[in-house]
Amino acid sequence: MYRYDQYDQAMVDTRVEEFRDQVRRRIEGKMDDDQFKPLRLKNGLYLQLHAYMLRVAIPYGTLDSRQMRMLADIARRYDRGYGHFTTRQNIQYNWIKLAETPDILADLASVQMHAIQTSGESIRNISSDQYAGAAADELIDPRPWCEMIRQMTTFMPEFSYLPRKFKIAVIASPADRAALRWHDFALRIVRNADGEIGFEVYAGGGMGRTPFIAYPIREFLPATQVFSYLQAVLRVWNRHARRDNIHKQRMKILVHDLGQEEFSRQVEEAFAHFLSLGEDFPQAEYDRIAAYFAPPPFETGLDDTIDLADPAFAAWVRQQVIAHKAPGYAIANISLKPVGGIPGDISADQMDVVADLARRYSFDELRATHAQNLVLPHVRKQDLYAVWQALAAAGLADANRDLVTDLIACPGLDYCSLANARSIPVAQQIARRFADPVRQADIGELKIKISGCINACGHHHAGNIGILGVDRKGSESYQLLLGGSGDEETSQAKIAGPGFDEAGIVDAVERAVEHYRAVRTDGERFIDTYRRVGMDGFKEAIYG
Amino acid sequence: MRILTGNDLKSGAVTWWTGYDWSLHVEDAVDAGAEADAILAREAAARRVNNPYAIDGARTEDGRVRPAHIKDRIRAVGPTVRPDLMLKPADPGARDWVI
Repeated sequence: MYRYDQYDQAMVDTRVEEFRDQVRRRIEGKMDDDQFKPLRLKNGLYLQLHAYMLRVAIPYGTLDSRQMRMLADIARRYDRGYGHFTTRQNIQYNWIKLAETPDILADLASVQMHAIQTSGESIRNISSDQYAGAAADELIDPRPWCEMIRQMTTFMPEFSYLPRKFKIAVIASPADRAALRWHDFALRIVRNADGEIGFEVYAGGGMGRTPFIAYPIREFLPATQVFSYLQAVLRVWNRHARRDNIHKQRMKILVHDLGQEEFSRQVEEAFAHFLSLGEDFPQAEYDRIAAYFAPPPFETGLDDTIDLADPAFAAWVRQQVIAHKAPGYAIANISLKPVGGIPGDISADQMDVVADLARRYSFDELRATHAQNLVLPHVRKQDLYAVWQALAAAGLADANRDLVTDLIACPGLDYCSLANARSIPVAQQIARRFADPVRQADIGELKIKISGCINACGHHHAGNIGILGVDRKGSESYQLLLGGSGDEETSQAKIAGPGFDEAGIVDAVERAVEHYRAVRTDGERFIDTYRRVGMDGFKEAIYG
Repeated sequence: MRILTGNDLKSGAVTWWTGYDWSLHVEDAVDAGAEADAILAREAAARRVNNPYAIDGARTEDGRVRPAHIKDRIRAVGPTVRPDLMLKPADPGARDWVI
């Protein structure tokens, strides 16, 4: 993984001291909140419902055991003993004190982490495939490209005062595990007919109040030209963005208004200009950064079989372990979705356990996923049993990846000042309703995603079953949506009908699931059945 | 009744106007009545509390102050999904009070 050089470290350290001074002046009353707010947001510090919330960047979801231990330490010393993994592969803390924030940032900087650009109108944490560098189906490791884009866009003035936030994803597999087309700017690494590496480029995606799936705007972009191309996209957006209307400032609105063709035309025009400036990185810079992502020293000649005599372990392997590119190794997914738990939450003690497992069994690497889970990317198959036992002892061995209880849920009205309804209790009740592992296995892959407001932090637009919490005359109400997906066949969920109260939405989800079970064909996932039979049958089953 | 609330500058904790200071306990909140705007202006200028604002509330039969909107009821007691983090930990009635 990438390691800071002296310049990176100096920049982050300087930023901490700058913020320390800003916090001091705020506490001394020399700034009001209107003056201070943009400064704290530039350091990932929000003021939420109950306290300050700090969002920490985990670039493309990759971290090591030392960093995870520091995240645990921060949870213990400065928060209330836990952290919350988010759908942008970040972690956030809910109970932060303003005066202690500079110390937290200094602690983060000591392990090469920060909270810069996790908020505000900037390029947010670049997301990627959580299995990058390990997946059997990837073309190359996409993370060097994520890192180069991160370096080139962090602190660059033009990218610091964007019309709105801007989200980028980079993947390199045909399977999309990063919800690629739900991003403002998305790159899939491909090889052209001449065998050259480059990108399929998508632009204009995003959820929220006005959801759009990103359009393809370039079939093949030479990899070394990506910075010029990104600058061109941002220049076109900056030129036209509706800075007068907060609801129309995201790039997705512009791409939709101009149309795919006209947006692409203008980008190509700007691209020709930026290309002529020669600002793209040289091959040597790619090589330098890619060297940080060299594969770990995998052993050869390992036994490729797994002893599945223990049925509980076998069930965990079946659901949580997937193929690795290196023989004898596997990718182990760690569920942060115990039935009745809070999706994405993890205690400090559990973080320490995971850090220890990464150090002992996964070449010191960990990943955070956009589905609010964790991954040990490089585990020898013969070590899986020991890993599973340690996870089980820590309450982290749930075997529910991509099943009905592996719900994504935003913090909702229990924590978030923007939310209109609680998401977590709905997630908990649905998980309890479907807790039986046999029933979960029978239902198969089903992605339920819950947001507590239209900002869609819980990705409800991409849920096979999506749930949107709204405020109806001062009470919580929940809309049910069906047919969304964040995978390679990206689709936007549609509202099924009138909303429900908290108990009603759980019943409605169960009716939708039972209808699927009644009409599915052999091997058909929920989303496949929905796409085949359409909304009407589901609507009838849900509303009668 | 009109009650005043905000978040403490240093801790971010939810606070309630008691008539002369800010308290962490909603039960200490008083009806600011027609003086609400003047108090808010003065307290905003003092910069001890972030974004103080007035909300509607009512006094229940047992004398407790209850904010009208669910968001402020959650603010008053803490997240409904973590009883251990509520202002009165593990109060079995807390969730019902919110809903």
